[in-house]
Amino acid sequence: MAEAHKPPQDFTLRLRRYDPESGDAPFWEEHTIQLGPHRSVLEGILQAKARFDGSIGIRCSCRAAICGSCGVRINGQPGLACHTHLDKALAASRDGVIEVEPMGNMPVIKDLIVDMDAVHWKKIQRVTPWLINKEPIPEREYIVPRESMIDVTQSMACIQCGACVSDCLSMEVDPLFVGPAALAKAYRFVGDPRDAQQFERLKDLAEDPHGIFDCTHCFKCIEACPKGVAPMSQIMRLRRRATGDHHIVDRNNGERHEAAFVGLVKDHGLLWEAELLPRSYGGNNFFGKFAPPSALELIDSLPVITKALLRRKVTPMGALKPHKLPKDDLKQVKRIYDTVEGRDERIELNLYISGYDEDVEEAPA
Amino acid sequence: MPAHDVLIIGAGLAGQRAALAAADAGASVALLSKVHPVRSHSVAAAGGINAAINPADDWRSHAFDTVKGSDFLGDQDAIEIMCSEAPGEVMHLEHIGVTFHRNESGELDLRAFGGASMNRTAYVADITGQAMLHVLYEQILKYSDRIDRYEEWFVTSLVLDDDGGCVGVVARDIRSGRMETFAAKNVILASGGAGQCYKPTTNALICTGDGIAQAYRVGAPLMDMEMIQYHPTTLAENGFLITEGARGEGAHLLNADGERFMEKYAPNKMELASRDVVSRAEQTEINEGRGVGEGGGGIYLDITVVDRKRVLEALREIVNIGRDFAGTDITREPIEIRPGQHYIMGGVKTDINGATPIPGLYAAGEVACVSVHGGNRLGANSLLDTLIFGRRSGEHAAARATGMAMPSLGDDQLRRDATEIDDIIGRERTGRRVSEIKEELGVEMNRNVAVFRDEAGLRNAHEIVRRLKEEAKSAYIDDRGTVFNQDVLGALELSFMLDCAEATVVAAIERKESRGAQFRTDYPERNDEVWLKHIDIGRNGDDVPEVSYSPVTITQWQPEERKY
Repeated sequence: MAEAHKPPQDFTLRLRRYDPESGDAPFWEEHTIQLGPHRSVLEGILQAKARFDGSIGIRCSCRAAICGSCGVRINGQPGLACHTHLDKALAASRDGVIEVEPMGNMPVIKDLIVDMDAVHWKKIQRVTPWLINKEPIPEREYIVPRESMIDVTQSMACIQCGACVSDCLSMEVDPLFVGPAALAKAYRFVGDPRDAQQFERLKDLAEDPHGIFDCTHCFKCIEACPKGVAPMSQIMRLRRRATGDHHIVDRNNGERHEAAFVGLVKDHGLLWEAELLPRSYGGNNFFGKFAPPSALELIDSLPVITKALLRRKVTPMGALKPHKLPKDDLKQVKRIYDTVEGRDERIELNLYISGYDEDVEEAPA
Repeated sequence: MPAHDVLIIGAGLAGQRAALAAADAGASVALLSKVHPVRSHSVAAAGGINAAINPADDWRSHAFDTVKGSDFLGDQDAIEIMCSEAPGEVMHLEHIGVTFHRNESGELDLRAFGGASMNRTAYVADITGQAMLHVLYEQILKYSDRIDRYEEWFVTSLVLDDDGGCVGVVARDIRSGRMETFAAKNVILASGGAGQCYKPTTNALICTGDGIAQAYRVGAPLMDMEMIQYHPTTLAENGFLITEGARGEGAHLLNADGERFMEKYAPNKMELASRDVVSRAEQTEINEGRGVGEGGGGIYLDITVVDRKRVLEALREIVNIGRDFAGTDITREPIEIRPGQHYIMGGVKTDINGATPIPGLYAAGEVACVSVHGGNRLGANSLLDTLIFGRRSGEHAAARATGMAMPSLGDDQLRRDATEIDDIIGRERTGRRVSEIKEELGVEMNRNVAVFRDEAGLRNAHEIVRRLKEEAKSAYIDDRGTVFNQDVLGALELSFMLDCAEATVVAAIERKESRGAQFRTDYPERNDEVWLKHIDIGRNGDDVPEVSYSPVTITQWQPEERKY
C-alpha cells in the first residue's frame, strides 16, 4: 500500500534566520537532517532544532495541519511546514536544498515567526467576525437546510494559518485590502442562514474600497490554502450574493464593472477592452461612453490610455471595434450564457458539496 | 500589575468557555495562553460532542454509558451534571454560531460513537473541535471590551498568599521575554493535558502538562493520573489521530487474516466498544502475531465499506490525513493504524464547580479531574467536559470574586522565576540536551506505561523518570535570546512533563488491579472491594510523591461487570 515506510535519507534545509536582538540582517543557514521522504518539512526543522540548534524559531503545535501555526514559505511557495513532504519539497527546490523562509505580507519577528496580529488578525476583526443572530433565537437549534451548514463548512475549515495572506498580490499592492482569509471568514456569516445582517455585511464589504472588489482573481490564495478553503472562490461568492441576490450598487463601481464585463463578453464573445471602462461608469450600453461620469473617468485615465497606445497594447482602430469571433464560436459562447442564466439556482463551487473532480469518474473495479 | 477578578490560563475550549461565562457574570476577565487561542489543542478534536438531544434519548442513558465507560471509577454526581446540562450547552453553542451539520429536516444530525447506546454525537464534519474553538474565539473577539487577551504569554508559576489561597500567576511574554506578575482573585487553569510525556502521541507539541505540574507544585492533589487513554486508531506511521467518527460511520477493524476481530472481544458493540476495550483488543491481536504492516505492529482500519460520498462529506479531514501523511486513499484501501496515547483522564482534582482544594484555584478541561471520565473517557465526551466545567468554573469564580478585595502581590515569585530562566539560559553545555531527555521520556513511557502494564515495567519507568529529573536539572539549551526564546520554554515544559510522568507512574504502580485504561497483566481482574477508589497524588518536595485515596461518588449505578 502506502509509500510511507521508505527508509530515512539526507535532506538539506536552508532556513532563513533573523535575530532581532543581534542588529544583524537576516541570513541563510543550512542543516542536513535524516528522515523518511514522506515526513514533513516541519519534522525536518524540528530535528534540526533538537539536534543542532534549539534557537531556530518556528511556531508549531499539532504537526497535522489543523492548528495552523507553522505557515511558512517553502521554495518560495506559501504553505504549512507540517503539510509539505520532504521529497516533494526537494523536487520543487531550485538547487537540491529545501529553502524555508517566513511568510510574506507580514513583519518578521524572529526567524520563521511573523507578526500575524499586525496584519492577519487585524483584518479578521474588520469583518465583524461573529454571528449576529436572527431573532427570535429558538429554544432548540435553528432549523436550517442541511446543505447550508455543509456549504459554510468550507470557509469554517479555515485554520487561520495566513498562507493566503502571505502571497496575496492585491494586498502587496494595497496593504489595506481586507484580504482572502478575512473575506472567507465573512462568507462564513453571509452564507449562514442564522445571520441577521447578510445585506449589511455585503453592503459594507462592497462599499469598502479595499473590500470584495479589490481582489484581482490571481488564484494565489487558492493555490496557497492547505485546507481547500479556496478564499478567492469565497470572495466571488460574496460578490455574486452582493450583486446578484442583493442588487447592491457600490460606489467602487464593482457591480457596474462586473455587469459591463459580463455584457460585453456575452455580446462579442471576447472582452472589448475599450468599452469596458465607459460602460462600467456611464451605463451598460453603447451610449455609456457619452455619460458624464464616463467622460470624467476617461479623462482621468488618459495617461494610462496614452501609454497603452504608445506601447502598442492597443491601436486606435482596434479600440473602436470589438474583437471578431467566428460565428459558431460566438454561438457557443451564447449557449454557455443561456445555460448558466437559465438555471433556477446558481451552482456554487464548494468542495464540501461537489467533492473532488475525480469523484465524477467511477471507482476502478 | 494587571489585576482581574478571574484570570484564565489556557485558551482552548475550556478556557474560552470559562472566560465568556465569567464575563457574562459581570467579572473582569483575562485570558492568557502560551499560544494564540485558535492554536490550542482543542482544535484537533475531530469527531463531535455528546448530548442527549434526540427526544427519544435521555441524559440518564448518556450518564450510564459514561459511568460504564469509566469502568465505574467516574464520580456519578459530576457525570449527572455533565450529561444533564449537555443538551442546553450544545444548543447554546448552536446559537452562538457553531455550524453543526443537519439532518434532512434541518435539525442537528447525530452520529454513532464508541460506548454509546444510541446516536448522540453532534458534529461538524470531522473538524468539530476546530469549528467550536473558532466560533468561541469569534465570541471572545466580540467580548473584546470585557475580556483582556494575553496571547503568547507563558505562565511560569502560580502564586499563593500566606493563607494558602491562589492570588495570581507569574508569566513571561514570549514575544518580548518580559516577566510580569498578574494579580487575580481567582485563577482558572485550562491549560490542557500532558500527552507530550509520550512518544508517539496524538497530542500537540504544546500539551506538556504545564497546569497540572504548576498546581501540583503549590500543593493541589492530582487524581486518576494512572488512567492514560490509548486511542484505538492512530496512524501507524506517525501517531496522528484518525477520528473515532470513522468507526461511527461504519468502518471495520481487520487483522492480518482479514478478520473483524472485535467479534471476539465485544460481540455486541464491535468496533464501537469503549476505547480501552478496542485498544486492548488491537494490542492483543498485534502481540499474538496477527498484526499487519512492517513488523506486524499495526491493524487495518477499513473505511472503504462506508459510502464514498459520505466519507468525503463527513470524514474529509481524515481523507486528507490519509493522503498527506500516509499516502493512502482511505476511500479505496484500508489504512494501517495502531493504539496510541491520546488523553489523560487524570489531572488536578476538582469538585463539580471546578474548584480545587486550594482557595481561588480552579481547573477545567483536560488539565482537571472532576472525575467524569474515571478509568476511561468515552469519545466525544471531552469536548463536553471542557464546556460544561469551563462554564461552571467561570461562573463560580466570578461569583466568588464579588465583594472580594483585589489581592496585592509582591514580586518574590517573579524574581525567583526570572532567576531560574537566567540560570537555564546560562548553563554550560556539560549535561544532556533538553530535547534528548524529552525524547527518552516519551519513548520509555510509551514502552512501560501503555496499554498493558506490569510491576517490573512500571518500576523501571519510575527509575528512568527519577534519573531524567536529575539530568533535567543540568540540561542545556542553545538559545540565549529573549525574543521568542522557545528553547528556554522547552526546558520549563520538560520539568512540568517530568512531574506529570512521575505522578502517572506512581499511581499506576499503586493500583494493583485492572480497570479502564489501567490493565495490569500481573493483576488482570477488576477488584471493586479494594480499588473502587481514586488514587490521589500529592507533592512531597523533591521526593517520591505521596499517595492517598478518595472515594468514588456513586449515586444510582452500582458497579457491575462491563461487557460490550
